[in-house]
Amino acid sequence: MIRRPSAEECPTSSAPRRRRLRWWRWRRRRRRRSSGSCQGQQADPFGGPPARRGAAPRGPMAMNYNAKDEVDGGPPCAPGGTAKTRRPDNTAFKQQRLPAWQPILTAGTVLPIFFIIGLIFIPIGIGIFVTSNNIREIEIDYTGTEPSSPCNKCLSPDVTPCICTINFTLEKSFEGNVFMYYGLSNFYQNHRRYVKSRDDSQLNGDSSALLNPSKECEPYRRNEDKPIAPCGAIANSMFNDTLELFLIGNDSYPMPIALKKKGIAWWTDKNVKFRNPPGGDNNLEERFKGTTKPVNWLKPVYMLDSDQDNNGFINEDFIVWMRTAALPTFRKLYRLIERKSDLHPTLPAGRYYLNITYNYPVHYFDGRKRMILSTISWMGGKNPFLGIAYIAVGSISFLLGVVLLLILFKGRKSTAELGKLLGRPSSSASIVNHM
Amino acid sequence: MTEALQWFRYHWRRLIGGATRDDDSRPYNYSSLLACGGKSSQTPKLAGKHRIVVPHLQAFKDEYEKFSGAYVNNRIRTTKYTLLNFVPRNLFEQFHRKEKKYIDRCWKDVTVGDFIRLSCNEVIPADMILLFSTDPDGICHIETSGLDGESNLKQRQVVRGYAEQDSEVDPEKFSSRIECESPNNDLSRFRGFLEHSNKERVGLSKENLLLRGCTIRNTEAVVGIVVYAGHETKAMLNNSGPRYKRSQLERRANTDVLWCVLLLVIMCLTGAVGHGIWLSRYEKMHFFNIPEPDGHTISPLLAGFYMFWTMIILLQVLIPISLYVSIEIVKLGQIYFIQSDVDFYNEKMDSTVQCRALNIAEDLGQIQYLFSDKTGTLTENKMVFRRCSVAGFDYCHEENAKRLESYQEAVSEDEDFTDTLSGSVSNMAKPRVPSCGTVHNGPLGNKPSNHLAGSSFNLRSGEGASEVPHSRQAAFSSPIETDVVPDTRLLDKFSQITPRLFMPLDETIQNPPLETLYIVDFFIALAICNTVVVSAPNQPRQKIRHPSLGGMPIKSLEEIKNLFQRLSVRRSSSPSLTSGKEPSSGVPNAFVSRLPLFSRMKLASPVEEEVSQMCESPQCSSSSACCTETEKQHSDGGLLNGKVESLSGQPLACNLCYEAESPDEAALVYAARAYQCTLQSRTPEQVMVDFAALGPLTFQLLHILPFDSVRKRMSVVVRHPLSNQVVVYTKGADSVIMELLSVASPDGASLEKQQMIIREKTQKHLDDYAKHGLRTLCIAKKVMSDAEYAEWLRNHFLAETSIDNREELLLESAMRLENKLTLLGATGIEDRLQEGVPESIEALHKAGIKMWMLTGDKQETAVNIAYACKLLEPDDKLFILSTQSKDACGMLMSTILKELQKKTQALPEQVSLNVDLPQPPVPQDSGLRAGLVITGKTLEFALQESLQKQFLELTSWCRAVVCCRATPLQKSEVVKLVRSHLQVMTLAIGDGANDVSMIQVADIGIGVSGQEGMQAVMASDFAISQFKHLSKLLLVHGHWCYTRLSNMILYFFYKNVAYVNLLFWYQFFCGFSGTSMTDYWVLIFFNLLFTSAPPVIYGVLEKDVSAEILMELPELYKSGQKSEAYLAHTFWITLLDAFYQSLVCFFVPYFIYQDSDIDIFAFGNPLNTAALFIILLHLVIESKSLTWIHMLVIIGSILSYFLFAIIFGAMCVTCNPPSNPYWIMQEHMLDPVFYLVCILTTCIALLPRFVYRVLQGSLFPSPILRAKHFDRLTPEERTEALKKWRGAGKMNQVTSKNANQSAGKSGRRPMPESSAVFAMKSATSCAFEQGNLSLCETALDQGCSETKAFEMAGPSKG
Repeated sequence: MIRRPSAEECPTSSAPRRRRLRWWRWRRRRRRRSSGSCQGQQADPFGGPPARRGAAPRGPMAMNYNAKDEVDGGPPCAPGGTAKTRRPDNTAFKQQRLPAWQPILTAGTVLPIFFIIGLIFIPIGIGIFVTSNNIREIEIDYTGTEPSSPCNKCLSPDVTPCICTINFTLEKSFEGNVFMYYGLSNFYQNHRRYVKSRDDSQLNGDSSALLNPSKECEPYRRNEDKPIAPCGAIANSMFNDTLELFLIGNDSYPMPIALKKKGIAWWTDKNVKFRNPPGGDNNLEERFKGTTKPVNWLKPVYMLDSDQDNNGFINEDFIVWMRTAALPTFRKLYRLIERKSDLHPTLPAGRYYLNITYNYPVHYFDGRKRMILSTISWMGGKNPFLGIAYIAVGSISFLLGVVLLLILFKGRKSTAELGKLLGRPSSSASIVNHM
Repeated sequence: MTEALQWFRYHWRRLIGGATRDDDSRPYNYSSLLACGGKSSQTPKLAGKHRIVVPHLQAFKDEYEKFSGAYVNNRIRTTKYTLLNFVPRNLFEQFHRKEKKYIDRCWKDVTVGDFIRLSCNEVIPADMILLFSTDPDGICHIETSGLDGESNLKQRQVVRGYAEQDSEVDPEKFSSRIECESPNNDLSRFRGFLEHSNKERVGLSKENLLLRGCTIRNTEAVVGIVVYAGHETKAMLNNSGPRYKRSQLERRANTDVLWCVLLLVIMCLTGAVGHGIWLSRYEKMHFFNIPEPDGHTISPLLAGFYMFWTMIILLQVLIPISLYVSIEIVKLGQIYFIQSDVDFYNEKMDSTVQCRALNIAEDLGQIQYLFSDKTGTLTENKMVFRRCSVAGFDYCHEENAKRLESYQEAVSEDEDFTDTLSGSVSNMAKPRVPSCGTVHNGPLGNKPSNHLAGSSFNLRSGEGASEVPHSRQAAFSSPIETDVVPDTRLLDKFSQITPRLFMPLDETIQNPPLETLYIVDFFIALAICNTVVVSAPNQPRQKIRHPSLGGMPIKSLEEIKNLFQRLSVRRSSSPSLTSGKEPSSGVPNAFVSRLPLFSRMKLASPVEEEVSQMCESPQCSSSSACCTETEKQHSDGGLLNGKVESLSGQPLACNLCYEAESPDEAALVYAARAYQCTLQSRTPEQVMVDFAALGPLTFQLLHILPFDSVRKRMSVVVRHPLSNQVVVYTKGADSVIMELLSVASPDGASLEKQQMIIREKTQKHLDDYAKHGLRTLCIAKKVMSDAEYAEWLRNHFLAETSIDNREELLLESAMRLENKLTLLGATGIEDRLQEGVPESIEALHKAGIKMWMLTGDKQETAVNIAYACKLLEPDDKLFILSTQSKDACGMLMSTILKELQKKTQALPEQVSLNVDLPQPPVPQDSGLRAGLVITGKTLEFALQESLQKQFLELTSWCRAVVCCRATPLQKSEVVKLVRSHLQVMTLAIGDGANDVSMIQVADIGIGVSGQEGMQAVMASDFAISQFKHLSKLLLVHGHWCYTRLSNMILYFFYKNVAYVNLLFWYQFFCGFSGTSMTDYWVLIFFNLLFTSAPPVIYGVLEKDVSAEILMELPELYKSGQKSEAYLAHTFWITLLDAFYQSLVCFFVPYFIYQDSDIDIFAFGNPLNTAALFIILLHLVIESKSLTWIHMLVIIGSILSYFLFAIIFGAMCVTCNPPSNPYWIMQEHMLDPVFYLVCILTTCIALLPRFVYRVLQGSLFPSPILRAKHFDRLTPEERTEALKKWRGAGKMNQVTSKNANQSAGKSGRRPMPESSAVFAMKSATSCAFEQGNLSLCETALDQGCSETKAFEMAGPSKG
């Protein structure tokens, strides 16, 4: 049964080779390039050598071989590609007939979407709005540019240290945890070169980076031939006012409010990203040996706090400051006022005063400094915009839904007049009008 | 390597001096480049305007050694191509002086002056002068399909003086000098002379020149000397080189990329100026305005300048570099889908569409002008004998027609069948499909029918075998052309033919045999009045040379009889031959035995069908008997199988191959053979015809007056062997023959009267044939007395030998011979259109594509085919431009234009339409329809600078233009003209090498891989196997590719602008310092990973309308022609939308996070996330169909974004210094505000576009949107809706026309209601008779416009 084609047909074919070639040929067929010829005899445009041409394997003889190939698996030089053709597979993918969702955006089909959006967004918006309105927030500007301000005296750099006091009154009590922020405006913490000016490796406790900070920190990299410990402009410009809050009770004796320093930074920042340099014992000073403080700082980094857990690079005020603000007007968390008990409000209504150790100069770039007290909800701080936006979008989409409903009805009416919507040429109507 | 270098140098030369091409005075250095080297001293020198070729005389022994070493494995090298120009390294024999023999050399090594010896079927490698041919007459046949697409044979003559020598030219002794024209591209002209050493000159003409690219046929070997080689050959000079093609869409995208650059510059300038201003405000503030490392600050001006470049780096994503990569990927995907479309698969050729150009698929959707070749592209290039009329009787050959109809399906059925069964049997079965019909249709009772069937079997089986080695010759030996089923009535009359009829003295039967005589003469004329070359099918394709050339017909008769006996080929019913010569028993059984085999395989389905059909006729019984007979022999079939095979290998006497200069000649010869009037051989002196009833006849060939286009006829003068009279057989166009018929017949009144009747009847038949699109020919004869002939011959000889105005004298001489003819009959030949061509052309017309037919064929044929393929409609006004001078051409054109304009003004609505249409005016379909026919010569005038504009204006009025007798170069010039002057997208389709230049010039070139070689395919951008595939390629794939790609490009612009603007808006809040609020890895990956796959998938898989609807409604294609998907304003609207979306995407989060403790990168995170959702959902809104792949990719993109952000946020503690994203995503994922922000932003950003799309969908849907609705309907509803749609389309035209018409007539506006009602009525009536839509329309047209008569205008000759 298995008969070799004639030697003339395919002089190179031999049994072992055939086996070897089978796979190759299968691949070739898979690539739909099975042409009726031997390897060296691809169809050529100019007719090819005549001797070959005469014996072109097209005739009945050649067909015979092919028929046998079907049993055999095919000799390496199978002539006709009758069984394995170049016919493309008739699959849905190849013929681009994949089942498809074909959205047709017409008034009728999208009407529910608009109503659903309206119905979902408006309640959400109301919810957010109410939540936001329930948040208590008070802002106290203590820049002191106004002459009447108690802090006006601190504008001149001569008075050091300058302590000023601002009185304020809480109309309503603040329930739950209260967050104390300091807010700066017109402070471009997002300036490209400012943002860059830090060394994360140094802050992560890398000892080599500690002594040889990154070039990005220039010109706040070295001072007097010593590396600056938190190098760079961000650290250099760290906010260094001290804010203290006192409640003026009915008795004239002012009661200081307990302000919690810890827990204001992201847990991951404090525990992973920021680390003091390794080494030795608990003596931070030893670990920061060989470095110097940033130019603008009053004391070195290992003296930021007495608490060992909140000192050095892992000082939370420092960490908060190092997270550069996105916009020129920003606030940063300063202290936490924890709720003491369920019965008493954290900050009862009443008169308070804010004691400020004024160090941070903002007036010469028209900046403002604020102290903000705020309660929080599930959605963070006070934010009326989100709720309003949700309500607005919901209403608009509801309105659009109504408009579309009208269009739909009108369209139905006109189709009823003219016959059918489908196939109705848009121009026919205009022609009728024209006449 | 050197080859590449040479190529480069050559092209460089062409590039730097376009003029140098014509500059003949430059030295021909590069011919030495083409040489093998070492021959520079022998390079041909050029004297003045001529080239002198001196044969190479230098011996190169060392080179020979080199070659003999290098070319041991020549055989393997044959199939390799040089990389650069795809010239196959075919081997040929070149004279090698040293060894006194020809050695194989590469094409590239051919140089001027080489001697080349070629054998049969070899391709000529260079233009060369024919010096020797093995043909004793010094003739060499060549096939020029590689050059002009004509697959017939042409004769070339050996140079005078060399023809006589019997041995081959000895190059050693060749001492002559050849002087000829410098290389030019004129294929039809060659001038030069050959000067012998004794200063004797021999003229050289085109007849002596073998052109590169042609193939030697029917000649054993030829020797020639090369005069032009390489790029100087006429074939190469006719090839105007490939053009780098760039799609229109991409060009438009490029300009828009430039706009993007401008936008970028504007944005960066804003940033620079903003930074300068900001800095001047905060110059001293060292808190955040960090001084330089050396401590001093830079001035705002300089900082602004730096900032400009910083911003460019930051915002460079705006320039969609990735767009180009994506476009390429999308195109690859589109090409993949085009190639895997099963509708393009042609089973017969086992080929599907080939996309050879990868970068212009979308241009397929914008074609406005289509230039098509005729032969082989629109037609099958197969001339088929259809009908004939003899002596006033029409023989309509119904069976033949049936056979032609059934041919297609029969073949395809066979194809299926070959898959499962032994190839040999199915191959035999193929040609027998129609033949079985013959068996049953046998009208002459059982026995004769059997005989006939037997003979036709043999004929066919023989051809089946003969077809095998000559697959190339498919054009002439395919069964569809060679098998003619004889008409039964005519066969009936054949039985009356006896040799007695020609006994000059036997006048016993006067009247009845007259018709019979006509029949005999008719078929003899068919067989001999031609220049057909007879060749045997077996291997060396030589002429059949009967040993009995000297005229011993008896001997050859005996031989043939013997042959018949042995092979049982011919069992004629004629008593004179069959007497006692019963075939031996074994072999005929073998033939019959194949019948049951066949019927078994075919499962008898077509056979039974035929049987059932035929049962209505009285022959039913006989046919069914035949069937049962075959059933009986069924069992024997298997046993005899072996015999069959052995038999099929043997050559059969009747396996004659006819090769003719024009395919219809061959068709006529085949037709004659079907009536057993077989042309056996042809020599310059004799023609042998085997006439069944009369036996072999040997005609002494006295003279041939070949066909020319002026006379439009050809004649042969022979001496009739039976009557011994001199007879002139003339064959020609009906218009000329009819004029030359004898008015007064010498044989008396009754005969004259009969002639008149025949003439009238034949004319009627001819008109009928023409109406059916057949090519008609008239056959006439004339009997001359010997004296008359001698007289004519003397004059003719004078004419032939005269030198001055020889042509005219010859014409006159021919006129003297060809008069007073007796009309014998007429034939109708069909150049079959390819399947589905009229439908395709109609669809393309509807799609608004203007179609031109450019053909080298003569005018009548071209116009006929144009009508047949519906390129021209019968009620079109046809203008014929055929002039001999430029001025006349200009005049004629202006006349036609005026007339057209006049006609247009008669239709009022046309004018109003044309006013606002740009130049040139485009007549609407409803208005005047005109067709233009222009001949090659006139085309030359029309293409000249001064007439170009007028010509284009004229053609813009016509719905179809037919250019006949156009040369390849003219074709390309026409395409170039239209393309460059009208600024339109052009497509050229052709199948032959003569279409190559046209294919290359057009925006898209399509090659039809047909019978004429691969050159067109090689040059094309797309190769299809049949013309009908073009409609799907354009209407479906073109539309898809275009809309997909343009939408994708727009989307890409949108995507980049929308995203980059987020960064830009942020600059307003960071002092224009160039901060990005996004971690830059996300910035990079956002374009690269998260949003790159969806647009690509969208570009590959988007389907706005399904393929079925696109095919049903070709009108939808117009949107692509007008580039509706991507207009200039679409780009700006897209950009505006992008700006809006980016504004929303930035400022909604901005207002939410305003004055909060959010840090930069935490602020960027919701921005990014929202942007991702916006960009992806935008795509969903824009998509018209979403498959699971879309969904997968979109969801995958979102997931990959989140995964990346989470993983990167968790891993990256200190990496990526300024923009460390550590834990930001995780923080946000736990924050409900983040989700609220993303949802809100996405909704607000997408709302306008969504609303716009909804309103568009419900208020003002585009045709495509409306068509999309059809996909949703059930098939019945869909057909209904389609009907409505089409009806509505017609209604629009009709209504507007009617309204205007009536308004014009009555002078007042009609009531809107009434006219609307009328319009509705007419539309519904149209819709009802869907089949007769055009009819209905014309009826209405007639109501409006007065006359619309078919009119032929324009003088045919100026």
